[in-house]
Amino acid sequence: MSAFPAADRLVAGIFLLFVATTVAGSVLAVFTTRIIRSVCGLALASIGLAGLYYFLHSPFLALMEILIYIGAVCVTIIFAVMLAEPDEPRPDKPTGRSILWWLGAIVVSGAIFWSVARLGLMGNWPTPAIDRKDGSVHDIGVALLTTYSLAFEVISLVLMVAILGAVAIARSGRHHE
Amino acid sequence: MIIPEPFRLLTSLLAVAGFIGANAAYLVWVERKAAAWFQRRAGPTEVGWGGLLQPLADAIKLMSKQIIVPPGTDRLLFCLAPVLIMVPAAMCFAVLPFSAALVPRDINVSLLMVFAFGSLNVIAVMLAGWSSRNKYAIISAARVVSQNVAYEIPMLLVVITVLMVSRTMNLTEIVAKQAGGFWHWNVFNLAANPLMPVTFVIFFICMLAETNRAPFDMAEAESELVAGVFTEYAGMGFGVFFMAEYANIVAGCAMATILFLGGWHSPIGLWPGVWWFLLKMYFLIFTVIWVRWTFPRTQFYGLLNLSWKILIPLSLFTLVLTSGLLKIFGR
Repeated sequence: MSAFPAADRLVAGIFLLFVATTVAGSVLAVFTTRIIRSVCGLALASIGLAGLYYFLHSPFLALMEILIYIGAVCVTIIFAVMLAEPDEPRPDKPTGRSILWWLGAIVVSGAIFWSVARLGLMGNWPTPAIDRKDGSVHDIGVALLTTYSLAFEVISLVLMVAILGAVAIARSGRHHE
Repeated sequence: MIIPEPFRLLTSLLAVAGFIGANAAYLVWVERKAAAWFQRRAGPTEVGWGGLLQPLADAIKLMSKQIIVPPGTDRLLFCLAPVLIMVPAAMCFAVLPFSAALVPRDINVSLLMVFAFGSLNVIAVMLAGWSSRNKYAIISAARVVSQNVAYEIPMLLVVITVLMVSRTMNLTEIVAKQAGGFWHWNVFNLAANPLMPVTFVIFFICMLAETNRAPFDMAEAESELVAGVFTEYAGMGFGVFFMAEYANIVAGCAMATILFLGGWHSPIGLWPGVWWFLLKMYFLIFTVIWVRWTFPRTQFYGLLNLSWKILIPLSLFTLVLTSGLLKIFGR
C-alpha cells in the first residue's frame, strides 16, 4: 500500500468498527424482547466476526462466516420464527424463582467470559511459524484433507449428532399429540 | 502513474454506484419497451423521445411520495429492509472483473464473495415480509425463502463444477483461463465435461429463481398476493426494492458471463475488451426479460419440484462426472 495520510488510523478505525459491530450485535441478540430482532443481532455479530477474520488475514473464513452463518443459519432461524406466533406475549413479571435463574445465568456466563478472556490474554499461544497462504482452492483443499482432517471429521460428527437430536425431538413432539 | 489505493477504491465505489443506478433506471425502461414489443404495444412514449426520460420522471415521482409506515409494523426493521437488500447487491460489484484491468478489487476468493453476499438478499426480503405484518407479505416471504434455499443448492453445485475446471476462485483468473476463441469458453469446454452447456442452462435457471424473476416471481405474485413482500412499501422504499432486483439481475448475468461465456474475451480472438463483456451481459439480461414476458408464472410446487427433483440430481451428476473426468484425463 502506498503512502496515504493517516492510513494506520483508518485501518484502526475500521478494526474498531468491526469490534463494535460484533459487540453491538451480540448485545442486541441477548437483550431485545422481539425474537426477530435477536436474529438480526446474531446476523450483525456474524458480520462483525467476518470483519475480524479478515483482519486475521483469512478472507476465505470471513466470507464463509457470511455465507454460512447469515446466509444459512440466520435464514433457517427466521424461517422457524415465521412459523410461530407473530405477536410475542409480554414478558412475565419477575418472580423470586426467575430472579434466581437470572442470577445463576449471570454467574455462569460471567465465569465463562472471565476464563475465556484470561485464556486469550494470558495463554501461551504459539505464533504460526509460516504465513498460511489462505485463499487459494489448492491450499484450502490440502489443509482440510491433510493437516486438519481430524477436526474436519469431528465437526461433521457434531453436525450428525445435531441432526439426530433434531429428528428425536421432532418425533417425540409428534407422539404427544 | 500509480494511484494510491484508497483513491482508487473511492473512484471504483462511485463508478459502481453510478453503474448500478443507471442500469436500474434504464433496465426498467428496456423492460417496459421489450414487454410492449412482445405484446404489440408502444410502451412508454410520452416523456422524452421514445419515453427515454421516463425513468427520471418515475424517480422524481417515487421520491416525492409520502413514505407510509403502517401501524403495527416493526418500524426499525421495516425501514431497514430496503437498505439491507441494496447493500449486498452492490457489494457483489466490488469484485466483478469487467475487463482484465477494470476490476474494483481483485481478491483471491472473489467467486465466494459474490455468493456470500448474494445469499444475504433472502434475509432482507424475509425481514421486509415479516415486519410488514401483512398476510400477503408473510406468505410471500415464506415462499421466497423456500425458493431461494432450493435454488441455491443446484447453483452452488454448478459453480463448484466450474471451480474444479478452472482450479481457482479468483474471477479474473477464471476469465483469463478462457482466452482464445469461443471454443475455449467454459460453456463449450466439452473436454472437461460433455454436459457443460447443460450446466450453463442450470446456472441460468437458478439465477432467474434467485433474482425472483418470472416465471419464478413468487416474491411479487401480483395476481395472487397483491405485491407480495412489497405490498406495504410506498415511495422510494418500493423503488429501492426494484433497484435491488435489477442490480441482482445485472450481477447474476455478469457472473454467468464470467463463469461460462469467457468474460471480456472475444469469441473470435479479435479486440478483447470490456465491450465484449457488456455485449454478452446485456444479451443475457435481454434473455431474462424475454423469458419473463414469454412464460407464465409457475405454480409453487412446480417450482420446488423442478429444483429438488430435476436440477439438484442433474447438477450433482455433472459434478461427479466432472470430477471423474478430471481424475482420469486431468492435468
